[in-house]
Amino acid sequence: MSLGTGDRTAILGRVKEALRIEAPLKHPAERSAGGEPTTAHFREWLPPVGGSLDERFELFARLSETLKSELHPCADMAEAAVILAGLAKEGNWKTVALHRGDLIDALAEVLPPELETMRLKPGYDKDQLEACDAGITECDLLVAQTGSVCVTSKSAGGRVLSVLPPHHIVIARRSQLVTDLTEAYASLAAKYRDGYPSMISFITGPSRTGDIERILVLGAHGPKRLTILLLP
Amino acid sequence: MTTHAGLPRHQFQQDANLTANDGPRREAVRKALGNYQTARNRTGATFTDWKSARNAAATIKHEALNHLDRYLEEFEQKFTARGGKVFWASDSKQARDYILKLAKEKGVRSIVKSKAMTGEEIHLNEALLEEGYGVVESDLGEYIQQLKGEPPYHFVFPCMHLRRDEISDLFHRELGTAQTNSPEELTMIARRVLRRAYVEADMGISGANFIVADTGMISITENEGNARLTVGLPKIHVALIGIEKMVPRLGDLALFLPMLATAGTGQHLTGYNSMYGGPRQPGETDGPEEFHVVFLDNHRTRLLADPEQRDALHCIRCGACLNVCPIFKNIGGHTYGTTYQGPIGSVITPHFRGLQDWKHLSGASSLCGACTETCPVGIDIHHHLLHNRRNAAAQKPASGEGLLWKAFVFLMKRPALYRLATKFAPLGGLLQPLLEHVPFNPLHNWTETREFPQAPLRSFRDQFRAHQAAKTSQAKGGAR
Ligand code: SF4
Repeated sequence: MSLGTGDRTAILGRVKEALRIEAPLKHPAERSAGGEPTTAHFREWLPPVGGSLDERFELFARLSETLKSELHPCADMAEAAVILAGLAKEGNWKTVALHRGDLIDALAEVLPPELETMRLKPGYDKDQLEACDAGITECDLLVAQTGSVCVTSKSAGGRVLSVLPPHHIVIARRSQLVTDLTEAYASLAAKYRDGYPSMISFITGPSRTGDIERILVLGAHGPKRLTILLLP
Repeated sequence: MTTHAGLPRHQFQQDANLTANDGPRREAVRKALGNYQTARNRTGATFTDWKSARNAAATIKHEALNHLDRYLEEFEQKFTARGGKVFWASDSKQARDYILKLAKEKGVRSIVKSKAMTGEEIHLNEALLEEGYGVVESDLGEYIQQLKGEPPYHFVFPCMHLRRDEISDLFHRELGTAQTNSPEELTMIARRVLRRAYVEADMGISGANFIVADTGMISITENEGNARLTVGLPKIHVALIGIEKMVPRLGDLALFLPMLATAGTGQHLTGYNSMYGGPRQPGETDGPEEFHVVFLDNHRTRLLADPEQRDALHCIRCGACLNVCPIFKNIGGHTYGTTYQGPIGSVITPHFRGLQDWKHLSGASSLCGACTETCPVGIDIHHHLLHNRRNAAAQKPASGEGLLWKAFVFLMKRPALYRLATKFAPLGGLLQPLLEHVPFNPLHNWTETREFPQAPLRSFRDQFRAHQAAKTSQAKGGAR
């Protein structure tokens, strides 16, 4: 295909020409000794999290509640299975969509037998996924500061399993909880040293909108419910 | 909104008048913004030090913009290495033509779009529809505005001016759905229609909130999940992005995402913050086969070339300056007649679309500084409005104004003549009402909304002299 790159040279030329005079920095950051503020500093200004794992967990739980995410600490996979069976019954689920992964595979073993499962593979049928009652995924991280679940196209079965079905279930371990976004990005950088997945997404609560009179409505396009099953 | 021929400033005056007199509409806007303010104050208060965070954000944006060439090239190199394509568009037409050509070449039939103000800026939807492509806006607010055939009212809250009954009427008329006054039911109606659009579309068009140089990614912030679906399901993803959206490092988002959420909607973090670095990678289950980033200049380099105003490009489009602006609250979003409304729109539009045609926007400010105060990246917005006023006047002094000042100086230099003039000044007050009925009343613009000042029959000078005389005679009397 020969659509070209357009006015690359001209635009870069205009940018270079425009930048011949540096603009004054009107609000210098306190902590930059002549240089840029480093990501290590952000933490000192943003909402505090607390040092211990328990404090982090407590904040995550509190934010989940405000965000209307449903957080269920589970002692083991069996307890997770019980909760899931309850949700399936309550939501009258027929089919759930899953991907492959250690936690997911273990969970798949203990799903209610009458529940049909769709395992996402490349080239899956979009309509079939759209018709599923829930999507179950793993995640990369949980973020205490913001109450977010971080998924990627590698960890959560691609781009849309975590957002197309009306109920998103995340299965995670307590050790995946990090303090804040700074730690999350550092951790992702270490994990994906050989190449990032094509998508990283911080999911903060179920899908929502305030577009009508700024009144909160859940489930605008994505999941109406977000359930986090948290294993030790 | 009415349609106008004529100059932007005439349209502005006419619409400002209409909205300012539309009590219920202003009430709806005020209520929506009241809800916003409560949420924002609550979340803002959880920051350990908002001001330092803001200065850091300003510093990082300064770094990104003042080395933009380097960062654009770094992005391009990283992004293309992972299979993405970059197209550089100097103006609207070039961007539109590229997307149209791409759609044609790939045999695209239907398009779904997530919110992109750059799309509004280049009138992309109109161009696509003209060529016969169906294009559906998937953000709820944008979808409502698209159905209504109106541009967004606010670049973050597109339909904030509409009441639920108006939206229900609109859905009833356009989609044949039953009337309801529940925001929840209205949202579900849109949900049902739009889910089909994602599954069927073969091209997804998005904007972006940030370009990340060091990892070659773009970052999209949204609440609904519509952007996730727009760039997840179709086989081609096109992102149309202004070149100024740059941040140097992925880690910088750890600062910008919470600040954007807090300032924009009063959330700790917006529902979905997603970074995309290339099309579907080997081993991944889904995602687009092609990912095109279209970089848009469209006069941004003109603003970049002005070191004094360059920081106006730091804007992360959170919308906070609109939300706190007393002018916005009273004249509403459509009155601006611009893609970007409110204080920041008034700053940048004259650079993008011509200073003389859009200088009236710099006048539409009380210079209260609420915008500057609230801006998460420390743009001195109201100072920029003053700069625009100064530049506009320097470029083209107001006709007649120079003459008026000359006459004034002439008078001031001749005390006798000045005294004589003050004697006749009250006559002006008597003559002015007669002018009201003259077809081209030169004072019309002033007197339409203001009282004509009446000169007192006795000047200050006369009164002072009389006062002094009285005092002296009293003093004399007292001494006796
Ligand atoms: S100028 Fe500042 S407050 Fe206004 S939209 Fe841009 S970033 Fe937000």
